[in-house]
Amino acid sequence: MTIAIEVENLQKTFTGKREVRALDGVSFAVEEGTVFGLLGPNGSGKTTAVRVLTTILRADGGSARVLGHDVWKKAALVRTLIGLAGQYAAVDENLTGRENLQMVGNLNHLPRSFVTGRAVDLLDQFNLTDAGDRPLKTYSGGMRRRLDLAAALVARPTVLFLDEPTTGLDPQSRNDLWEVIEQLVGGGTTVLLTTQYLEEADRLASTLAVIDHGRVIAEGTPASMKADLGATVLEVGLPSIDDAQRTGAILDALGPHRSVVTGTMVEVTVDNGPQAAMIGLRALDAEDITPQTFNLREPSLDDVFLSLTGHRTEAEVAVDGDGDGTESPRQKRRKKRMEQLEEALPGLTGEFS
Amino acid sequence: MTPVSATPTLSGAPHSTGVLSNLRWLVSDTLTLTRRNLLAVTRIPEALFFSTVQPIMFVLLFRYVFGGAIHTDATSYVNYLLPGIFVQTVAFGAVSTSIGLAEDLQKGIIERFRALPMSRGAVLLGRTTADLIRNVFVIIVMTIVGVLVGFRPSTGVPSYLAGVGLILLFAYALSWGFAIVGLSAPNSETAQVMSFPLIFPLTFISAAFVPLSSMPSWLQGFATYQPFSVTVSACRSLMVGPASTGTGRSTAFWVVQALLWTMALLIAFIPLAIRRYRTRT
Repeated sequence: MTIAIEVENLQKTFTGKREVRALDGVSFAVEEGTVFGLLGPNGSGKTTAVRVLTTILRADGGSARVLGHDVWKKAALVRTLIGLAGQYAAVDENLTGRENLQMVGNLNHLPRSFVTGRAVDLLDQFNLTDAGDRPLKTYSGGMRRRLDLAAALVARPTVLFLDEPTTGLDPQSRNDLWEVIEQLVGGGTTVLLTTQYLEEADRLASTLAVIDHGRVIAEGTPASMKADLGATVLEVGLPSIDDAQRTGAILDALGPHRSVVTGTMVEVTVDNGPQAAMIGLRALDAEDITPQTFNLREPSLDDVFLSLTGHRTEAEVAVDGDGDGTESPRQKRRKKRMEQLEEALPGLTGEFS
Repeated sequence: MTPVSATPTLSGAPHSTGVLSNLRWLVSDTLTLTRRNLLAVTRIPEALFFSTVQPIMFVLLFRYVFGGAIHTDATSYVNYLLPGIFVQTVAFGAVSTSIGLAEDLQKGIIERFRALPMSRGAVLLGRTTADLIRNVFVIIVMTIVGVLVGFRPSTGVPSYLAGVGLILLFAYALSWGFAIVGLSAPNSETAQVMSFPLIFPLTFISAAFVPLSSMPSWLQGFATYQPFSVTVSACRSLMVGPASTGTGRSTAFWVVQALLWTMALLIAFIPLAIRRYRTRT
């Protein structure tokens, strides 16, 4: 197998008001024709890695090669091989979709006749033909992202960088974009995808690196990462936060990792689900704790991330205010679960009192 | 959604490092970006409309409100005024260079350009060239407006066109100066407010609107020989005749001074703007 992207001990420190070590010795390799997911919260160094690999930013140390070419020494050559679609949808909103694609084609120094035809094809492939001659400011968020991706494909790049391609999109547009990306990979393009959505990495990437504070803290396939964590997640809902704290302490003994208490929910990963459930219930009973919900489920990448970094992916988004205000799929699930719980609560309280 | 084909068959552009082909791409990329910047102007007709209305209001204001109180001996005030208005208009217009660049930086489009195999210099060249072409349009409109309110250039077409050329060259130098402002501003709004304190004193403490002799003597030195004034006087000489400047100097005197100032500004601004662009991106 040929390696398309190779990163070794990459370093980058931003000096300014405060020093930020964005890349602190990042290494990874991406095989040709695969989708590699770089997963991490805001500020973890994902975008910096992409900016270095796409020749926009110079690293302080280490090496980065695309198709064997050093991205800084052979920047001009690398630029002819790559495509970049960014999280900010860097398209010109005063131009029409077609004009944007043609501009990118011309700046890639492709023959005019090829550019004209390529724009027509791409607009068609991304369902933008009807909107092709409208200025981008009339586009929806999803349409803009599709055009951004189309612009990255004008020169038929061998290696494609997608920096948080679906951040801030509604679920429908996100799904549409995922389908497009899946088809791209079928065509043999190597894709490096950064994301803070575990669901996205799980669905699209064949290999993953989890990045946090400028370091790769885990690498593997989504399946192997989940397997490493433990076979099953035991999820217990308690009537009060106090009970949840006590339950957390009791369930710590069940799995390879400590339990995680979030409000009135306790989660712990275990190797043998049914056995752990029996032991857990007996222990809770002995302490006179009665759970409201008690579930066994498959671990998600969210759980992987949590156990690796000790913090949730959304937590940092909320703290540093860089989030775009949209809810992650997990936040949505959690909210829905809370609503369901509330609906069920009158009956439940009757039963337990 | 229809299937997307991205089979890597064509690996980007023909890659060459020859000086001649680099120059060829610089020209072609500059034209592509000039076109892009001009298209943007036509896509926001409101901005185009109001940026034309503002100088027209200045013409009307000075021609009919202030003009009666300002005395010019050698020529009518409207003839004195219009060359000043031209220079003021292109100077105010140069602010759009700073706003446009700040906006491109802010919106991340320059990031995309940086990842493309295009010429580095085309971003600044495309921006300043587009502003130059826009200024041609502006001068044509202002000439028509001037003639409607009584402006009567009297030196013949070649001389008038030479004056226009001088204004355009001066405006081009200013564009590079404001490119530096745009590249230094955190966003386009700040770029705009940073630009006007630079433009205002140079436009108004000048020969553009009032005869220099009406100013206090300690101000006359600066007001006569600062670049805006010199350009105004040169254009006035070329368009309405040397006597109209009220300075007793010849057309050649002012034209040479204006050209020297313009060259000096270009020599100072272009490397600074390029260096600012390199450090900023």
